[in-house]
Amino acid sequence: MANVLELQGITKRFPGVLANDKIDIALREGKILALLGENGAGKSTLMNILYGLYKPDEGKIFVRGKEVEIHGPNDAIAQGIGMVHQHFMLVPVMTVTENVMLGVEPTKNGLFLDKEKVAQRIHDISNQYGLEVDPYAYIKDLPVGIQQRVEIIKVLYRNADILILDEPTAVLTPQEVEGLFKIINTLIKAGKSIIFITHKLKEVLAIADDISVLRLGRMVGSIEPKKATPEKLASMMVGRDVSLVVQKQASKPKEAVLKVEKLFVRDERQNLTVQGVSFEVRKGEVLGVAGVQGNGQTELVYALTGLLPSESGLIEMQGKTLHNATPRQILESGVAHIPEDRQRHGLILSFPIHDNMVLCTYYKEPFAHGVSLQEKPIYSNAEALVKQFDVRTPNIYVNAGTLSGGNQQKVIVAREFSRPIELLIASQPTRGLDVGSIEYIHKQIIKKRDEGTGVLVVSSELDEILALSDRIAVMYKGQIMDVLDAKKATKEDLGLLMAGIHLSAPAKKK
Amino acid sequence: MTNTTIQTNTTALEQRKRISYGMTLLVVGILIYLFFGINAIPGAQTTFGLNLLGSQAIQVSDLVVPAQGTIYLMVGIVIFAGAYQLARGVKSTGLLIGIIAFTFVTAFLTWAAQDKSFNLTGMLSSSLVRATPIALAALCGVISERAAVINIGIEGIMLMTAQIAVVTATMFQNLYVGLIAAILLGGLVAAFHAFLVIRYKVDQTVSGVAINIIGAGFTSFFSSKYLQGATDTLNNSGTFPIISIPYLSKIPVLGPTLFENNIIVYLMLILVVLMHILLFYTPWGLRTRAVGEHPKAADTLGINVYLTRYVNVILGGMIAGLGGAYFTIGSVGRFDELMTAGKGFIGLAATIFGKWSPIGAFASSLIFGFADSLQVKLQILRVPIPSEFLLMAPYIVTMIILTGVVGRAIPPAADGQPYEK
Repeated sequence: MANVLELQGITKRFPGVLANDKIDIALREGKILALLGENGAGKSTLMNILYGLYKPDEGKIFVRGKEVEIHGPNDAIAQGIGMVHQHFMLVPVMTVTENVMLGVEPTKNGLFLDKEKVAQRIHDISNQYGLEVDPYAYIKDLPVGIQQRVEIIKVLYRNADILILDEPTAVLTPQEVEGLFKIINTLIKAGKSIIFITHKLKEVLAIADDISVLRLGRMVGSIEPKKATPEKLASMMVGRDVSLVVQKQASKPKEAVLKVEKLFVRDERQNLTVQGVSFEVRKGEVLGVAGVQGNGQTELVYALTGLLPSESGLIEMQGKTLHNATPRQILESGVAHIPEDRQRHGLILSFPIHDNMVLCTYYKEPFAHGVSLQEKPIYSNAEALVKQFDVRTPNIYVNAGTLSGGNQQKVIVAREFSRPIELLIASQPTRGLDVGSIEYIHKQIIKKRDEGTGVLVVSSELDEILALSDRIAVMYKGQIMDVLDAKKATKEDLGLLMAGIHLSAPAKKK
Repeated sequence: MTNTTIQTNTTALEQRKRISYGMTLLVVGILIYLFFGINAIPGAQTTFGLNLLGSQAIQVSDLVVPAQGTIYLMVGIVIFAGAYQLARGVKSTGLLIGIIAFTFVTAFLTWAAQDKSFNLTGMLSSSLVRATPIALAALCGVISERAAVINIGIEGIMLMTAQIAVVTATMFQNLYVGLIAAILLGGLVAAFHAFLVIRYKVDQTVSGVAINIIGAGFTSFFSSKYLQGATDTLNNSGTFPIISIPYLSKIPVLGPTLFENNIIVYLMLILVVLMHILLFYTPWGLRTRAVGEHPKAADTLGINVYLTRYVNVILGGMIAGLGGAYFTIGSVGRFDELMTAGKGFIGLAATIFGKWSPIGAFASSLIFGFADSLQVKLQILRVPIPSEFLLMAPYIVTMIILTGVVGRAIPPAADGQPYEK
């Protein structure tokens, strides 16, 4: 079948970086091309070139066999190319209709916006492709999955037949991902061609017709899904063999390090989001907390780390109550925290790496002497940690904000592991990270467990929970549905619990 | 169980709100009684004049009310509203604020003018006239900030345009030349601001403050150096005549207020309506709002973010230029140093209080205009309040509104941020 889109020898240089180096890709008509690569491999740059947001330094673009020049989004749209951005390009305070019509507004009397006409078009597109959405709803009131539909409708409204989906599954729950795949199938049946950008291997194998892999701005190769395995793809992406399974021995749990009893927590909007949660974490084991995002996991972690006060209940660390203690008291009692939002709660992005490395200990010897900070120990501490935890950075003096997500997470892990800890609380520890970094972080967490630390892992990725945990607690609407032994837990059981359905007795035994 | 807990929470919160609002109304009632009710002279009457001298409107008889009785009636209304609020609760917070404002102001005026006459129509008419430059400044704020450029230099633009309006109008012996000169200069200064903050990403506050300082310094220098020695050749233009709209100006009270004004007031009223339509019902408005909320989204849809911002800021400057012209050729016919007296800043407050909408901005400008003209009227009535305090009235209203009543007004999401591709 003919190639509907071809890129030849695309090269793009940014100051100091070669983001794309002579890249060739081809998209067959009516097919899904998966563009696979780690963060920073140059996928987004390549797509931004295709969409006219960046200008390539070299290379040619062919659409339906004809060479074209794309100088801006308008040119791309004119060629039938549409892009669904990773960070949605929607105005939250406007309605679906207004967002869809923005830029190509039909008018009544040549002056006034014709919203009804657009709403009707949206309605038609919804029916045709199974993209249900209320044209008059405000974006800010819609869940993420629906917002993504609006983005797709926006592209279809412009009559695009080449769709670029940039990391479309990064922000979706497993159910929403399934919904998206259904939509993609309908689009393909309607004759559209799709470029699907991702770093998630299983998704690629599930839906792609062709796979192209990028690494460090270069094209590593193309492969047919039939011949590909997750291991093969991962090693192409990272450039070395990666173990996708976390290697670990059976846990040897000892006494409890953290006891939580009947904990109630209100969130910032005063809703009671944690409702009577009880559990314990023992030394030398990983307790995984599974659940669909927004079922009280975030607030539970906030209460344990002192970021939110708890309404009632008991939090006990090795016999000492830590009820409504300050974050510093909690840290000093031996708790390490890898926060969910690493850029907001984990790092000060505008501070250099060396200062971020001592955020928990800067006021103690040897980093402080009286009221003055001691530069030398702070620098040497950072140098040592950067080496030990393999943080990829030009030096320790650059701001944390300049690092990639994986390296930012490594800085946090290095800081938290650099002091003696009894309990590790890790919330979404690998969200948004690439395969190589995920492997590294997982290894570090298991290493801590084997040293006898109690570990609490909160994650909305079931694979991660299953890979790391010794026991799994499932949260639903602020309560713990059940705690399962990880060896016996199946994905199906966990899925049911996550949806709030109690397992019947035989299912539990199994 | 989950749902019931959450429901109890929200109802508890609503109940607290209901009680605190109800108590506020009761307290206002007691205050009105203590301030005005007790001090009212028994048997005294307050006359509210409804006719404006020299107006074409049909004459109606003045409103004469017993002072004490009216004040007690206001106390009654606000206490009743408070009790109703405590018992049942009213959905609209705006209605409650409206009741407080109406009863308090009515009681105050009744008390202040007891045994005297107070021209209500004159008061309303001068409120609108005094609101005009504030509203124009506010419209400038709305149109710029909707495209995410804060223009804090409106005050400076108005000073400069006020001066150029009177100077050119006097030189050419034509008021319209002055008007056009003011509008063009306003656009030019705004273009300078836009160039700095869009092209060079200069901090918007710094650029705006610079324009204010240049405006104040340059006009004062020019005024003392050239205008004072040559009043007749440079600084004496006369003012735009009052235009009475046929038939409409005959309506009592409304006629003299709305339909007997000069061209700048009419232009302001037209601009309010026009801008509302443009902003919310046309492609240009949709694009402007998108650029102010999420410039990147607009960019990816092929909208030129920079061009949109330039156009809006320059249009805003032209509107501010019209506001500047009002001060000289629209009201007194000559330029005095620093004659804008902070109206540009009050206009910015009206932008915020009006939640960045043209009609809201106009309505809040009216409140400031009302406070301003009230202050003048009260000095004439010789109310036993020091005149310095009365002069502070518009500014105090500004602060109360900005801190308290506005609560959380949400600006356009990208307001004040430069856009980088």
